[in-house]
Amino acid sequence: MFGIPAQVLFGQLMLGVINGAFYATMSLGLALIFGVLNIINFTHGAQYMMGGFVAWMLLQYCGIGYWSALVLAPIIVGLSGLVIERLLLRHLYNLDHLYGLLLTFALSLVIEGLFREYYGVSGQPYEIPESLRGGFDLGFMFLPKYRAWVLLASIGICLITWLVVEWTRLGSYLRAATENPMLVRALGIRVPNLITMTYVGGVMLAAFAGVLAAPIYQVSSIMGSNIIPVVFAVVVIGGLGSIFGAVVTGFMVGLLEGVTKLVYPPATNMAVFAAMVVILLLRPQGLFGRRNY
Amino acid sequence: MKLFKWCFGLLALLITCGPVCAQQEPVKIGVMNDQSSIYADLSGLGGVEAARMAVEDFGGSVLGQPIQLVSADHQNKADVAANLANRWYDAEHVDVIVDVPNSAAALAVQAIANQKKKLVLISTGATSDLTGPKCSAYGAQWTYDTYSLAAGTARALIQEKALKWYFITADYAFGHALQADTTKFITAAGGEVVGSSLAPFPTQDFSSFLLSAAGSSADVVALANAGGDTINSIKQAREFNLFQKGKRLAALLMFISDVHSLGLNTAQGTVLTTGFYWDLNDATRAWSKRFFERRHAMPTMTQAGVYSAVTHYLKAVQAAGTKDPLAVMKKMQDTPVNDFFAKDGKLRPDGRMVHDMYLVQVKTPEESKYPWDYYKVLRTIPADDAFRPLKEGGCPLIAN
Repeated sequence: MFGIPAQVLFGQLMLGVINGAFYATMSLGLALIFGVLNIINFTHGAQYMMGGFVAWMLLQYCGIGYWSALVLAPIIVGLSGLVIERLLLRHLYNLDHLYGLLLTFALSLVIEGLFREYYGVSGQPYEIPESLRGGFDLGFMFLPKYRAWVLLASIGICLITWLVVEWTRLGSYLRAATENPMLVRALGIRVPNLITMTYVGGVMLAAFAGVLAAPIYQVSSIMGSNIIPVVFAVVVIGGLGSIFGAVVTGFMVGLLEGVTKLVYPPATNMAVFAAMVVILLLRPQGLFGRRNY
Repeated sequence: MKLFKWCFGLLALLITCGPVCAQQEPVKIGVMNDQSSIYADLSGLGGVEAARMAVEDFGGSVLGQPIQLVSADHQNKADVAANLANRWYDAEHVDVIVDVPNSAAALAVQAIANQKKKLVLISTGATSDLTGPKCSAYGAQWTYDTYSLAAGTARALIQEKALKWYFITADYAFGHALQADTTKFITAAGGEVVGSSLAPFPTQDFSSFLLSAAGSSADVVALANAGGDTINSIKQAREFNLFQKGKRLAALLMFISDVHSLGLNTAQGTVLTTGFYWDLNDATRAWSKRFFERRHAMPTMTQAGVYSAVTHYLKAVQAAGTKDPLAVMKKMQDTPVNDFFAKDGKLRPDGRMVHDMYLVQVKTPEESKYPWDYYKVLRTIPADDAFRPLKEGGCPLIAN
């Protein structure tokens, strides 16, 4: 097919889907935060990095392994998100988007700088948990068990988030608060608490992705800045504020990168942004976004 | 009126005194490297500290003036490095720039040094073009280069009958140079490059390239990359079971900081070529322990190279009695390099500092007896075997 052996093609597409799962989880958090808070959370990359680091620290200093870290790390990083929201972000909601972007960007620089100061950039060793080592020989490729787990976990978390937002009462409050916060408050619902919870939720998603990444990528201070440009592009392509769009676009971008690596690898880093430019020219609100943004 | 005459006279005196006064300007050394991104651990602030140690050990002053040391982060970008070099040489009177990782940045800085007629001593920049077609009378490459890495690791693997190679190459000057130099050895020995992947620099996820490598008929998958790229490649190679398929992994450039980051469990068995190891002998151990006290990490070969280069430079300035770049360079070439880093090392006219290299293998966790006990030395590669012969480089300075 296209001069590429079917085996190689399917293998690369499989990898693309797995990478897409990462992007989907990260962009889900970003889209959630932007949809409800109207804040462009540049700190997302740093929070992803913190998730990986907390997982490493839990292992290194407390002997707590991977499975518990999957739950504990997001909670710990989520708490830091709570502090950021209450102390800093709260004051910016009524201002231009730009202030939120500047603040979160500055925060990301500070956080990454601190980690770099203490831990350098080469990264810390974090091994794949015993139960997920090895893999399946699918014939057209060797699929590591861990990568299959990443795919399942990402799909799972996206599904849970979607269920909460679309099907629960809490989710309905969230969606209402996006449309008309004044009215929602008038109806007796604590909007500030809702907002804090959303931010913490988004941060926890980033940290969860960080723990998933720890065994396969470097746990280093620059891991966030490596992934965040692509995640932003995904959110923009999917449509700012659209959760469904973020997830679907995440997977699509993963596939796009996979195909680019086959056809013309040097363009891999550029492919996403080229797609973003094209899509924005044709449809400025993104693929699934709402027009009145 | 009298005051005016006095001022005018003073001014004239100062102006004429200018060139004479300039001769008394202190020696200023600039350490330029990556302090915040992918190569920050293999040189970075450690390289700056090594230079500082060299200045302190030399006594802190030369030609009657205190030695000044400045440093800056070029962020691994050739354009930032070029701007910095221009500013340092022109406005800030830096006499010599040291270290310069990232081959693209090193090539840019050496070109500027050549144009401004000031010195550059490259420790981390790897491309062998720096002493080949792009050589300069004002530049020296101290610690290693892509040719010596290829000579060491490729020859060793070819001797073990690994004749089919697959390259995963970082898509910039360094990766291309390393692949080219290694390919020469492979084809000369009758081997074959069965395929290669160009990975954007830097990359986090090597899974697709490793997948292509796994599907090829290669005996060896060679990583023509460094720092974080190498770490990720090796980690993911283990994950994708590359070794079970009977393939070997050759990390063409690896630093002790990479091994420390990977952990011995993952890095064990990797064969690599290095210009320095902290645990080689008493002299290297003594210096490295001092370095460890300041940086809490053992020195990489490039950090040790910075110390050696700065020390040799200062000795040459003292012996020559002047800062004049060509005079100092001549002194550096005429004097053998003898310190903990090199024994009877020689700085050649093409800028190449020729010294022994070492073929090492990363120990297994069981073999490692104390912290940072990572390498076992398989063999010492004598200086003349390790580096490209003078006449073969294509350096315009060398009459053929």
